[in-house]
Amino acid sequence: MALIPKGLLTKSSRGKQGRRITSAALRDSFDRRAVLIGGLQGTIGVLLAARLGFIAVGENEHYRVMAESNRVNLSLIPPRRGWILDRTGAPLAANRADFRVDLIPDKMTDHDQTVDKLGQILSLTAVEIQDIKDRLEDAHGSRPVEAAAHLDWDKFAAVSVRQPDLPGVVPQRGFSRFYPTGPCVGHLVGYVGAANAKDYEKEHNPLLITPGFKIGKDGLEKRFDTELRGVPGARRSEVTASGRVVRDLESRDDVPGDPIRLTIHGGLQDYASRRIGLESGAVTVMDIHTGDILAMCSMPSFDPNSFSDGIGRVEWKMLSEDDHVPLRNKVLHGLYPPGSTVKPTVALAFLEAGLDPSESVNCNGGLQVGNRVFHCWQHHGHGKVDMMKGIYQSCDVYFYHFAQRMGMDVIAAMMHRMGWGREYDLPLGNQSFGTVPDPAWKMRKYDKEWAIYDTVNATIGQGYMQVNPLQQAIVASRIASGKSLTPRLMADSSQPEFQPLGVKQEHLDLIRQGMWEMVNGRGTGARARIDVPNVQIAGKSGTAQVVGLNFGNGKGGAWKHRDHGHFICFGPFDNPRYACQVLVEHGGGSGAAMPIAKDVMTYLFDQQKAWDALLPMEAGWGGTPQQRMAAKYQGFSRQYGAAAPRVGDGDAAVARVDAGAASPQPIQSDAAAPAPEPVAAAPAPPSVVGGASTAARPKAGRQP
Amino acid sequence: MSTSVIPDPIRLLPWRVLGPLTLLVMFGATVLYSAGGGKMWPWAGMHLVHYVVFLGMAVVVSYLPRDLFKQAAYPLYGGLVVLLVLVEAVGRIGGGSQRWLNLGFMTLQPSEMMKPAIVLVLAQFYDNLPPQMTRSWRALVPALMLLAVPAGLVIIQPDLGTALAICFGAVVVIFLAGVPMWWFIGGGLTAAIVAPLAFFFVLKEYQRKRVTVFVNPEADMLGAGYHITQSKIAIGSGGFFGKGFGNGTQSHLQYLPEAHTDFVFATMSEEWGMVGGLFVLFVFFVVLFRWGMGVARRAPDRFAAMLAAGMTATVFFYVAINMMMVMGLAPVVGIPLPFLSHGGSSMMTNMLCIGTIMAVDRWGRRGRRFYG
Repeated sequence: MALIPKGLLTKSSRGKQGRRITSAALRDSFDRRAVLIGGLQGTIGVLLAARLGFIAVGENEHYRVMAESNRVNLSLIPPRRGWILDRTGAPLAANRADFRVDLIPDKMTDHDQTVDKLGQILSLTAVEIQDIKDRLEDAHGSRPVEAAAHLDWDKFAAVSVRQPDLPGVVPQRGFSRFYPTGPCVGHLVGYVGAANAKDYEKEHNPLLITPGFKIGKDGLEKRFDTELRGVPGARRSEVTASGRVVRDLESRDDVPGDPIRLTIHGGLQDYASRRIGLESGAVTVMDIHTGDILAMCSMPSFDPNSFSDGIGRVEWKMLSEDDHVPLRNKVLHGLYPPGSTVKPTVALAFLEAGLDPSESVNCNGGLQVGNRVFHCWQHHGHGKVDMMKGIYQSCDVYFYHFAQRMGMDVIAAMMHRMGWGREYDLPLGNQSFGTVPDPAWKMRKYDKEWAIYDTVNATIGQGYMQVNPLQQAIVASRIASGKSLTPRLMADSSQPEFQPLGVKQEHLDLIRQGMWEMVNGRGTGARARIDVPNVQIAGKSGTAQVVGLNFGNGKGGAWKHRDHGHFICFGPFDNPRYACQVLVEHGGGSGAAMPIAKDVMTYLFDQQKAWDALLPMEAGWGGTPQQRMAAKYQGFSRQYGAAAPRVGDGDAAVARVDAGAASPQPIQSDAAAPAPEPVAAAPAPPSVVGGASTAARPKAGRQP
Repeated sequence: MSTSVIPDPIRLLPWRVLGPLTLLVMFGATVLYSAGGGKMWPWAGMHLVHYVVFLGMAVVVSYLPRDLFKQAAYPLYGGLVVLLVLVEAVGRIGGGSQRWLNLGFMTLQPSEMMKPAIVLVLAQFYDNLPPQMTRSWRALVPALMLLAVPAGLVIIQPDLGTALAICFGAVVVIFLAGVPMWWFIGGGLTAAIVAPLAFFFVLKEYQRKRVTVFVNPEADMLGAGYHITQSKIAIGSGGFFGKGFGNGTQSHLQYLPEAHTDFVFATMSEEWGMVGGLFVLFVFFVVLFRWGMGVARRAPDRFAAMLAAGMTATVFFYVAINMMMVMGLAPVVGIPLPFLSHGGSSMMTNMLCIGTIMAVDRWGRRGRRFYG
């Protein structure tokens, strides 16, 4: 059989020539190699036995512990959060029993599919499903993501039954945060939410990644998180790999967090917030005996109830596109030219510097300063004006005239003494505290000499002057009390000791008299007069111009070009107890602020009367703030659906809106602004609002 | 010899080996009974049914004459290759990989049958090869081609575990056929070079992952390392005597994946401990090392010897890889543990191997009876 070509054989058989391979030799080779194979098998067998002994006996302890930690799941029970109470003990933030569903990203196999299935079971809308997917995308590892809360029993049971087919879905009964008045306390108490990666980095606490646990994200909820948090309970249960609980082994109850109590009066807070209505505004009410803040409202606001499960796309679009900036706490972060509300302070400065209050100036509608004419809001002129009339008629020429004589240093010093331009110690984070300008400040900031028209601007609360509403409330309190009062927000039964302002009582009395006259007499503030027997309030209006007159007259036109309306007041006049500040952003003048101040002050003395005034109006506005927000949300939801852009880090976005408020007004570095303008003269019937005023706008500009 | 009540065909079966094997299968059924949550069906019951059915098949095989084996070798091999191609084609058309052919009354997995068939066909090849050619390229190239075709078809299914099993049986037969030793050394060196290349360019992503995870299972505890880790936890927590029948938490709470198939050894170890593991090893020692290799050494001729040794090696490969896998010594490849894992295909393959060894055993005894 010559199957093999000669040439091929030679090489491989070289050296083995002559050695014939026979069947016997092959048998021999087979036997030897079979022994080798057998030996290999035996070696592997011994190796396996050794490995088995090493794992099962040598490392038994280690693996027993691991098996046990597999089998037994120690889950934390989120503690019930401490309540936030108002001064009467009524809750501003409470907890309510709740059925909820969370998702653990780590344990989910297919995010989209699971969420869609869950959406079907819970009949969620496309928007809600999109929001859950967004949140899942941002989450990692075992940090839980809230899928749904406030479920009824049927839906909760439906999810629980299907849990084995939904890996990573954790239905749970627990407690959730509840704010009874919703948006009315949003800026005050803040909101809670699931801890994010940054929170967990700061505090490696397993509680933070427990489903259902929320931490304070903003406001008081954040500031007092430690006090409110409480101690978690724990439950040991036997679980399967997919997380299904086979049986509970033992459990320990949670310890609820401590309540915190505020100086806020819940009813007043609710009332004042709702009274702002459709306007963008702020109201602060203070007790001038103690400095207690009774109400601190900034509207429109967000609903902290709906923020606790994260901030959804539609919700974010709705809030961030609103030119009324619902995410900004205007009381602390809104900066506005105060307009004529500075005049009582300026007048006090004049008195303390020795100006005789009976000294008068003739107002014919304007005053030439340098080569410019500064107009009075009443360009027909006020005639002969002394200090009292300067306050109650808010005559600008009076202040133009005497400010030049007394000088800015005197005015600025009194402004600081009365509490303008500074930050107060409140547990609500940083405040934007604005500017009280003086020559040294201008040199520092702009490297320019102080000009006489700067003084003129400042005395009517325009120009560089910027304040926040809290300061206005404090100035009102200080005028009413005569003390260097400071605000407080946390309830405290002790009576704080305030230093006197250090101004002569007769000077203070004169200012207060002017403010009384403004509201109850010959002044421009009749619309703030309250209709409660034996109670009168005193106040001062302010209209602050936002843009130059070339945009319009400040009353009509584009909303954001309209003037801001201010009103500060205190009452009762004869024995002051409460001070109040009202701001209406772009309200078209102080006429928008006075009716609000009137109703809020009325509430303090006669709640029924106040509600009777508010409820019909509210019906016309489309319901309570909560109802209006719900309707608006529905509208946005219909219009944009899940197509609204993603929020990303909602908490950070909210914080940015608030911080961005630091300088909402352009700083005027040169041009002189004309005077502000209160509403129509004295006992005008309150039915005419704003526009009916016959008073023409002052015209600024060079004299021909 | 006095007549017995037990009929000869049963009495004459090699009970020395079938005894321990039956005990092992019953032990397997016990483990499956527990893994099934204390239920006989479907796992434990079917396991016993499979065993009885395929034991009958093995007995039938053991009575087949040597010549029939030799004649059937190439046709059987050829038929299985055709079926493998068919599986691939059906899978391609149906979309997605497929390993089964549905014959209507049963599903057929040709790759499983290929494991004993490759041993058979190579034994036949070397038996026909003139002895003086064993050291020439003619001894190797055709054999490698015989191996490459089915192994390649199985690998593209893709089923790495089965492909490796086919290769292992074949390589053992080639080795025992007496081809030059340096081919194996050279082959080993080539494999050392090719393996890393194959790892990066040939293996699928999920297969690559199994290898990396094998090197460091704890790195990916919740992902691909999960299987190995949970399996080690099950075995380790069992200790020497185990947690007791029905008390395995790893399997009952579903931490252990594939508790009744690939990871059945871990399920068993958790409840029966190292004692159970040593029993399993002992039975395999008796069946494979003493009996299987023993039959091969005593075989009457070259064909029979290679056949028995190759079949033993095929079963051994299952045992070794599966147990190394569950104890973290090998990457996770889908290979069941013979006689313990639930599954008809694997039981059939293993019983075919056992039946073939029994046949060789019979030829040997008859041969000795005739000539000795």
